[in-house]
Amino acid sequence: MSIDWAHFTPGSAFAGGLVIGLAAAWLVLVDGHVLGASGVLAGLVPPREGDSGWRLALLAGLVAAPLFAQPLHVSAAVIAANAATLVAGGLLVGSGTRLGNGCTSGHGVCGLARLSLRSLAATAAFTAAGFVTVFIIRHVVG
Amino acid sequence: MNRVSPFLVGLLFGIGLVVSGMTDPRKVLAFLDLAGAWDPSLAFVMVGAIIPAFAGFRLAAKRRTSLSGEPFHVPTAQRG
Repeated sequence: MSIDWAHFTPGSAFAGGLVIGLAAAWLVLVDGHVLGASGVLAGLVPPREGDSGWRLALLAGLVAAPLFAQPLHVSAAVIAANAATLVAGGLLVGSGTRLGNGCTSGHGVCGLARLSLRSLAATAAFTAAGFVTVFIIRHVVG
Repeated sequence: MNRVSPFLVGLLFGIGLVVSGMTDPRKVLAFLDLAGAWDPSLAFVMVGAIIPAFAGFRLAAKRRTSLSGEPFHVPTAQRG
């Protein structure tokens, strides 16, 4: 293992993390909901009476965020994948997060912050699956 | 129901993702590539996020309702 010091950004990573955690703390304290991106979206399918407004508002804020983050001069993200790969990846992420009842924000941030064993197991599982997948794609097949 | 608060939460969440670099798939992949040039940044995002979230959930656990008066919709299996 060798650390990529040129691209390692501990300061901005930690600062961004604090902002994400603040959003999670705010949502539970003010509105009483868990901040899980996949769960917020999944609750709209099918939509339930009186339970859609906050979800749509949160997702709108999430999508609008890059506009507000522009003055921060963060370099643009590059997505090097074609449409078919993105759709296939999206279906896998969607099925997996429903099967596991959460994603990086729901289990990884909120679940771990709640000291939930179920979330610890889910986080360990999807992180390990990511390590294995990238190893196979980059070092075995690639 | 109040929609300004969830909108601001989404906005903060997204800004946090942009600031941390996690909107860039290359950065996430670099974290997952243990055998390559490893970028541990994602772990710093997680630690940074868990600290305020931990405090938020601790404070929430002491209350009967959220600040908006809405009941808590938090998973009940606390340690399962």
